[in-house]
Amino acid sequence: MSTMKEQGGWALDTAKSRGATYAEARIVDERQRALSTKNGKVGHASHSESLGIGIRVIVDGAWGFASTEDLSRKGVEGCAARAVEIAKASAKVKQHDVVMAPEKAYTADWASPYKIDPFSTSVEQNIALLTKIDEELLAVKGITLSETNLNFRRYEQWFYSSLGSDIHQTRVITGAGFAAYSFQGSDIQKRSYPNSFGGQYQNRGYELVEELKLVENARRIGEECVALHSADQCPQSVGTIILDSSQLGLQIHESVGHPIELDRVLGMEANFAGMSFLTLEKLRTLEYGSDIVNVVADATEAHGPGLGTFAFDDEGVPAQCTPIITNGLFTGYLSSRDTAPSIGLQQSGGTMRAEGWNRTPIIRMTNISILPGPKPLTLEQLIADTDDGIFFQTNRSWSIDDKRYNFQFGTEIGWEIKKGKLGRMFKNPSYSGITTEFWNSMDAICSRDQWTLWGTPNCGKGQPQQVMGTGHGAAPARFRNVKIGSAYKGT
Amino acid sequence: MLTKEKAQQIFEQVKKVSTAKDVEVTIAGGQSALTRFANNTIHQNVAEENYIVSVRPVIDGKTARATTNKLDPDGIKRVVESAETLTRVQQPDPDLLPMASAAETKHSGPSAPTRFFDSTAAVTPQDRAAAVHDMVAVAKTAKLTAAGIYSSSQSMEALLNSNGVFQYHRQTSSEISITMLGDDSSGWQKQNSPDSANLRPEHLAETAARKAEQSASPKEVAAGKYTVILEPAAVLDLVGFMFFDWGGLAILDQRSFLNNRIGTKLFGENITVYDDVNHQLQSGPAFDGEGVPRQRVTLIDKGVVQNLVYARGTAAKMKKSEHAAKVGAVRPTGHGFSLPNEMGEMPLNIVFAPAATAQQRTVDQMVGSTERGILVTRLWYIREVDPYEKILTGMTRDGTFLVEDGRIRHGVRNFRFNQSLIHLLSNVEEMGALVRASGEESFDMVVPAMKVREFNFTEVTKF
Repeated sequence: MSTMKEQGGWALDTAKSRGATYAEARIVDERQRALSTKNGKVGHASHSESLGIGIRVIVDGAWGFASTEDLSRKGVEGCAARAVEIAKASAKVKQHDVVMAPEKAYTADWASPYKIDPFSTSVEQNIALLTKIDEELLAVKGITLSETNLNFRRYEQWFYSSLGSDIHQTRVITGAGFAAYSFQGSDIQKRSYPNSFGGQYQNRGYELVEELKLVENARRIGEECVALHSADQCPQSVGTIILDSSQLGLQIHESVGHPIELDRVLGMEANFAGMSFLTLEKLRTLEYGSDIVNVVADATEAHGPGLGTFAFDDEGVPAQCTPIITNGLFTGYLSSRDTAPSIGLQQSGGTMRAEGWNRTPIIRMTNISILPGPKPLTLEQLIADTDDGIFFQTNRSWSIDDKRYNFQFGTEIGWEIKKGKLGRMFKNPSYSGITTEFWNSMDAICSRDQWTLWGTPNCGKGQPQQVMGTGHGAAPARFRNVKIGSAYKGT
Repeated sequence: MLTKEKAQQIFEQVKKVSTAKDVEVTIAGGQSALTRFANNTIHQNVAEENYIVSVRPVIDGKTARATTNKLDPDGIKRVVESAETLTRVQQPDPDLLPMASAAETKHSGPSAPTRFFDSTAAVTPQDRAAAVHDMVAVAKTAKLTAAGIYSSSQSMEALLNSNGVFQYHRQTSSEISITMLGDDSSGWQKQNSPDSANLRPEHLAETAARKAEQSASPKEVAAGKYTVILEPAAVLDLVGFMFFDWGGLAILDQRSFLNNRIGTKLFGENITVYDDVNHQLQSGPAFDGEGVPRQRVTLIDKGVVQNLVYARGTAAKMKKSEHAAKVGAVRPTGHGFSLPNEMGEMPLNIVFAPAATAQQRTVDQMVGSTERGILVTRLWYIREVDPYEKILTGMTRDGTFLVEDGRIRHGVRNFRFNQSLIHLLSNVEEMGALVRASGEESFDMVVPAMKVREFNFTEVTKF
């Protein structure tokens, strides 16, 4: 049986012999376990694996990409030849040749660290945990639907390029969470833990599941879900809000992470994902946020086990930390080898990733995180420091325009803050605003001990669409003069 | 492409190594390619070939699924072992039905039209580049910038089980989506068809360009309730959100906005909707995740919520449930997802009933009959705000216009809306002819353009 390196070699040799001035091959071997329960029974139990090669080339100054699951010599060479033919077709509609920022050749072997290989845990053990959580939720009177889930993924990739790079990386990803629903009269309410839409995801092993304390929190979440029916509707007003760290993580994703993607800025996503208000002249001139807003795009292991952590991106560029917002000033984009030259960079920011072997790499968020405040500040202290406001917890809906200006978010639950104390529960809370006005209204953020590196496993972008995991570190933060309750205006 | 004969061979391989008496195999895949352009340049151009084999045994009232794309004998053996291992550790499910029988999956009634076209399967990267070249030429003539895609594919799906069920579907697909960008405006069009000969790249480019030109220098108009003219893509992207709730399991789970509303008049008299995989403008396989033929189902009849769709297992559960007497006809309709799953089923081949020909209105006629309103080309980033009132939020995009005194006056800055689907489909004043429409937020449907009163715009963005 041939080795991955031989297969990569067949791809590069074929591409070069047919005229490619640059070629890269990614072989990916991936497996997943997905388990869920619903109303006390197993809802979904599956195992999947996928193996294949993706070959990207430049011929006549234009890109081509082809992929196949056929890793025989004939299959790989045929795939490389197809990539070359596709690139030649691309060259028929171009304004200029592709220009790549220089990069070195690397030989590396990296694996994301974990304590407990999730695939070493038994399915029985996994289902027992989910069933226990499910029982706790259903023990709450008024819960009409309970859902739990557990997902493990092992993603192993071999990257070879005509620059001479030979990079082997393995990431192990674990995710878990649960949700409770309650239907009464004409009202459906939902509460999730530790986050909505699947829970928490990180580049870690089963130890993440153990740390989440899922069973311990199930009863409380179920009770909050039912209590929402008798809660007051979130008022419509303009005022002070505090976001919990998971909601702030999604706020960063939508109103910082996407607009800083340089491919969007340059129009490459105009037909689908959209463009960005962050046009090039705004770099190092735009006051993106208040002076306590500091955001980084950090793919390095030092940042933590986020879904955007790796050693090299999918075009062989080392992981980096790029300052995005520095004391409120907009300071950086997410870039690739073929977009970095457009903003005068000598090296790509290393953010190119592909969903799998069958997709071409595109610019993706790495870990786009807001840095915590330098002084000790807990959520309790932040609330105590707030005279009048609303505390928003756990995302329920999210929407933002195609240039990333106007957003509207809803959360599952809200709490009134009066004279430094949490008061009434609010149902159907929402807030809206304009990105730069919102970030400029941030006047407090909690400290490192309140900071969580959240995982968003379902970010969609590209054509054909690619789903990617991104990381977002955040601590609870406070914003002033925000439009509240907008989602129900006029309805 | 993977043929019927090859699918049968794979199934025989699975049966040979399977220790379970009851086993179901799904095989799916094909070849797809997509040419992507922006800034008048092809900047991504990709092709893929992949097939997966998915195995589901039933052992002692338990089931699970394993999937692989490794189709060699070792790969097949491993996926069968993996599926059986996963199945054996489950708890028996008293609601799990035996696998579908050949009798249950026998097709009767009308057949779907051919959805495989050799000429579409044969589309080359050069063909796609030539079409892109023509669209970019339109952009250059109009002093605009073009971005978009042209994709083509051939795909197959087979489902076989140990009860003798063998379903096979193959089809081709093709799609063009184009955005024309001006300095401060944009226009968009999209079309797809199983037959690439139906695509009209230059017409799409010219229409998108006209919208970009007409919406230049957009003015801000205050948010509020307006009469809107929704082009078909905007209609489908909105209404698509309600069909996730249209399965029997959504009612049993009490997560549907149709809870306690089946049989009631929820929408306007002029709204009738079917699920009909055999419709000329529809697409996809005519069988569901267990091989059951998709039936034509009336979902809404003159505004009344008429029927739900059912997988086999859901129909059996519904008949025993407290809801049985309140949900209309209960029968397997051929809309189930592959087992095991949490969603149950949903209608995926939506067809709106057209207005009588004499009452159908073109978009231009709808504009002509509007004193003051907003013409919407496309919507974006739609999300559910309220699951029971079905309030959705989202943005307009790529061609939003103020209509006054029966004329398009000018482009406007894009709006955010918060709109109940129930109210939307109760306020439809006029409808156009049916088209196969394609958006980005929902699946393709056969829908008309609609003129709707009191559409709720709540904010305006900065462009």
